[in-house]
Amino acid sequence: MATFNTNQFKGGLKIILDGDPYNIVENEFVKPGKGQAFNRVKLRNLKTNRVVERTFKSGDSVEAADVFNLDLQFLYHDGEFWHFMEPNSFEQYQAGEAAVGDSAQWIKAQDMCSVTLWNGTPLQVDAPNFVTLAVTETDPGVRGDTSGGGGKPATLETGAVVRVPLFIEEGEVLKVDTRKGEYVSRANES
Amino acid sequence: MAAAGVLEVDTPLISTAAPAERGLQCMAVERGGHLVPSPEHGLKRLLAAGAGPIYQMGPVFRAGEAGRWHNPEFCMLEWYRPRAAIDDIIEETEALLGAVTGLECAPRTSYRAVFLSVTGLDPIECATDALAAWARQRDLAPANMADEHDRAFWLDLIMSLAVQPTLGESAPICVTDFPAEDAVLVETHPDDDRVARRFECFWQGVELANGAQELTAAATARERMAREQRLRREAGRAVPPLDEKLLAAMTAGLPPCAGVALGVDRLLALVCGFDSLAPVLAFDWARR
Repeated sequence: MATFNTNQFKGGLKIILDGDPYNIVENEFVKPGKGQAFNRVKLRNLKTNRVVERTFKSGDSVEAADVFNLDLQFLYHDGEFWHFMEPNSFEQYQAGEAAVGDSAQWIKAQDMCSVTLWNGTPLQVDAPNFVTLAVTETDPGVRGDTSGGGGKPATLETGAVVRVPLFIEEGEVLKVDTRKGEYVSRANES
Repeated sequence: MAAAGVLEVDTPLISTAAPAERGLQCMAVERGGHLVPSPEHGLKRLLAAGAGPIYQMGPVFRAGEAGRWHNPEFCMLEWYRPRAAIDDIIEETEALLGAVTGLECAPRTSYRAVFLSVTGLDPIECATDALAAWARQRDLAPANMADEHDRAFWLDLIMSLAVQPTLGESAPICVTDFPAEDAVLVETHPDDDRVARRFECFWQGVELANGAQELTAAATARERMAREQRLRREAGRAVPPLDEKLLAAMTAGLPPCAGVALGVDRLLALVCGFDSLAPVLAFDWARR
């Protein structure tokens, strides 16, 4: 079992607390001149995303969480699980709804996603920052309007809905920023 | 310091012994002893040899203390006045802090008063279990500490995490009469040996200085050092040899004296408006 000593604590370190994996957000070393030293630590629960604050006695060790990121290719969604593959080893992973979360609305087959694994199980799936998706449904375009002002909703092939300029037509392929959920440009313009 | 009639001295930074205080972890030097965590022992040996008021300003070393307000190597200004009382040193410390910060220090208060006002608990009278329960209720206690019955542990925890952040918000403040649990080279109160004649200064929640009416009795010093060694052993920590040269000097006769040690980097960082030590260090611990 790998462990970390409190003097190795820093932002980004992954540890196990009460059986759950946590990411250290902030570590404050606290010590009176000649007294006992403590680490006051802010941690994010990687399963629930909740942030908690804990005190550790300096010098104590905690269990390391076997958490790391892999770039995996999205294969398909079977209704319950999202299936991914490591493109070199062909090893497959299945992620549940809790891990995929909002990313589900942005990814389509063959997209590469950054997947956080804990003991080999996906904890979190991050969609690529930018994806290209076809418009499956939107009101008819207004020819000549290139201002982008106002806009209208458009449904994309994954089911996501984004606001797009009035000139966008059904069937067009768009570049979308998944972090903001915003239209960026037509795919061939970027 | 020259204007105040305090002579600069240089005592060795590498000592053959190390202080017994359980909260101080020293760095060992190969074939050399230990890097000093403060020049206290060297300065006291000079006082016992008849020195007048003396100070030392320079690097000191404490293993494992790295963080926003800690650097394992830091600059300390420490001075002692033979035949002075603790109140003289507090006054002098306040004058120095006032001159450097341009602020008038807040009225002095006692450890008991500040602890009581933040927690509602009397740090001298209340049971150790009550301290532990208070900390647990507020999610301040580390997990698996049910067996921790060391009173100093709980006092340090509550002081550091709950009380200290409230101290010296607008101007530096001196807090006097600390609990005697971890006192080693400090006199206790003649009418209450649970209280040490020790003070600390805080500014913006940061500890800046630590001073005391210094213990002069060699036999008491030896007893307390033995207690600290036992506590170190129980905690599985390194137990450095006692500083027999200091004990010999105290046996020969340390005059009644008071002294204080001040963290120069912290004071500089706060005066400059920084919220950590790193900006005032050429290369902090992570970049050394």
